[in-house]
Amino acid sequence: MIRRLPHVDRVGIEERAATLGKRSIKTSAKEQGIRLAVSMVDLTTLEGSDTPGKVRHLCAKAVCPAPTMPEIPSVAAVCVYPSLVGVAREALDGTGVRAASVSTAFPSGQASLDVKLRDTEDAVAAGAEEIDMVISREAFLAGDDARVMEEIVRVKDVCGDAHLKVILETAELGSYDHVRHASMLAMEAGADFIKTSTGKAASGATPGVTLVMLEAIRDYVERTGRVVGMKAAGGVSTSKAALHRLVLVKETLGDEWLTAERFRIGASSLLNDLLMQYQKTQTGRYARPEDFSKE
Amino acid sequence: MATQEQRTSITWDYAPAPESPEHVRLRDSYGLFIDGSFVDPGDGTRVASVNPATEEPVAEVAFAGPGDVRRAVQAARAAQAGWAALSGLDRGKYLFRVARLIQERARELAVVESMDGGKPIRESRDVDVPLAAAHFFHYAGWADKVSYAMGGRTVEPLGVAAQIVPWNFPLLMAAWKLAPALAAGNTAVLKPAETTPLTALLLAEILQEADLPPGVVSIIPGDGATGSALVREPDIDKVAFTGSTGVGKDIQAALAGRGIPLTLELGGKSANVVFEDAAIDQAVEGIVNGIFFNQGHVCCAGSRLLIQESVAETVVSKLWSRMERLRVGDPLDTNTDVGAINSREQLHRIEALVASGEEEGAVRRTVSCSLPDRGFWFAPTLFTDVAPAHRIAAEEIFGPVVSVLTFRTQAEAIEKANSTPYGLAAGIWTDKGSKAFEVAAALQAGVVWQNTYNHFDPSAAFGGYKESGFGREGGMSGLRPYLRVTR
Repeated sequence: MIRRLPHVDRVGIEERAATLGKRSIKTSAKEQGIRLAVSMVDLTTLEGSDTPGKVRHLCAKAVCPAPTMPEIPSVAAVCVYPSLVGVAREALDGTGVRAASVSTAFPSGQASLDVKLRDTEDAVAAGAEEIDMVISREAFLAGDDARVMEEIVRVKDVCGDAHLKVILETAELGSYDHVRHASMLAMEAGADFIKTSTGKAASGATPGVTLVMLEAIRDYVERTGRVVGMKAAGGVSTSKAALHRLVLVKETLGDEWLTAERFRIGASSLLNDLLMQYQKTQTGRYARPEDFSKE
Repeated sequence: MATQEQRTSITWDYAPAPESPEHVRLRDSYGLFIDGSFVDPGDGTRVASVNPATEEPVAEVAFAGPGDVRRAVQAARAAQAGWAALSGLDRGKYLFRVARLIQERARELAVVESMDGGKPIRESRDVDVPLAAAHFFHYAGWADKVSYAMGGRTVEPLGVAAQIVPWNFPLLMAAWKLAPALAAGNTAVLKPAETTPLTALLLAEILQEADLPPGVVSIIPGDGATGSALVREPDIDKVAFTGSTGVGKDIQAALAGRGIPLTLELGGKSANVVFEDAAIDQAVEGIVNGIFFNQGHVCCAGSRLLIQESVAETVVSKLWSRMERLRVGDPLDTNTDVGAINSREQLHRIEALVASGEEEGAVRRTVSCSLPDRGFWFAPTLFTDVAPAHRIAAEEIFGPVVSVLTFRTQAEAIEKANSTPYGLAAGIWTDKGSKAFEVAAALQAGVVWQNTYNHFDPSAAFGGYKESGFGREGGMSGLRPYLRVTR
């Protein structure tokens, strides 16, 4: 199949993203936007030092982020390493918050396909409802699109009912053209979500990268009719940044995408900033950081 | 206890975010700014300046009669020798001061610009006012270097400049005209447009605050009759006009045989050319920015969209969905993308041309947004199936209306782009560098943007080919029309 991939103009895309960053989100829009953002958070911990105890605490926070503000919804999911997804699933059982696991030799993806598939099978068997896989940047940068797609197809196969999010690790791809190209490959190969980054690279869901991926989704959905979601991860740590990403979604894909079913924000420190800013809209004062539990 | 149900019920729209006009220090009534102070009109009148978004008067403004025009020209003549005798460095100091005062009062100027003209506050705040300040900064730097601009030759100012500016960028166009004229040692009589005189009058206050010597700049609002009297004044040395081609021709006729140099920046029907190898999504953004910026009240608006046939369907469909997301309404809301049409008269002109497009068989699509009950509004409109012979493909609409034509090859694109009596600006969208340069060189347009549109910078020359006028404004070349090279 010979298909022309549209180019991305760096200056143009960044200008558009910056313009949308100037939307004024005040009063009721700010309140609602923050609540919406909370409901889209994939609360994440991906450290070598993670333990079952830490993950249980995080799950409690995910289900009820702010006990004193009952209007704040639960987050969308908790995202952990495969070895801890069982703990998360148990802690989240019946709460509506989903257990997500990274896989495929996260974060570098430098392992054989067999290992990646086993990694994924393990996570699914332990109860993962969502799988965050990484693409093989090694294959992509070497120009081997077929292998990039093949891996996604095979991982999707072993996911079963689990939703598959495909991480492009955009900071390693080198250009917006590549980001768009990789987005298309992932969607063609069956991704349920495409995701910017692992959170381990130099940059993540910058406004420009987020917008390029949203535009790729728009074109793919328009062409195929299959709905694909987007996860912005990496560098979205303030309420302002989160609301800016929601503006990008709203004005690129429309209100239908403003739901946790179709848009997620992967984050660890963002949640408390959202809570702090939300409380400010209610009381007019900023709380102290220690007023909100770390996990 | 938080629940999953709460998640599904959250809807999100931007709340109104109006910029407050409370900090604006507008007077109820403004006189004419002649010889350094605001004076009552001698033989003129007083007229209310109306907010086109509400049809409410904003302030009352004096319009100059022929006697007032003469007084202003006499004041400019009296001040000219002294102004020219100042060192360039000293003239520059005044211009720097004006630039800084514009920045200090930026918020106020932006709000008044939007109230008086209907343009979105986002644009007056981010484009009009900062650029106006930038023009004064730019020419402040030139003031002691004007002979370098002419290759080191000996130069002198022309004398008294009569300057007439349009209603689409009232403050910015005043800055474009005044800054180079003053830097070169001329004095000026500026006539703002009939419907948008207020920011020019705030600029007059700024000139007072900057201690500009009396008479160096006079600002006399008025209608076409005032402008006509100004260019017919015997004691002027230069005319600079920005506005419609029709009025430009009248002015040229009025100046015939008088040996007075003239700069004209007139209308346009600029081509925005999208090739199949363009970055399509960014091209769509550029098309939107090219035609809906300032409600299309832009002389260089990309109103003739030329799309390569192989991508025409894609581009039009993307453009249409992008247009449906434009936020049309209250110019003072910081989230508004498209504001009010400047005047009832302009609205009727747009409506008449759009009606002619439908009669001639082009297919019209207009965004179905809710428009306020009062004020002058026109929803963003797209015409497809446009033939080059249609009026909407040839005449300047000066509104939020874009006409789509297609082409097959590069040669055809160039031919179609050039087939117009105008030649102000053009846009080229392609990812191929060589093609961009080749096409740019072949286009008869004073400004050619590559992979962007409607970007302005004080260091870049701006002006037209053919019926779009002659002479250049901006940058080094913008000094030339205000200088006489003597040796």
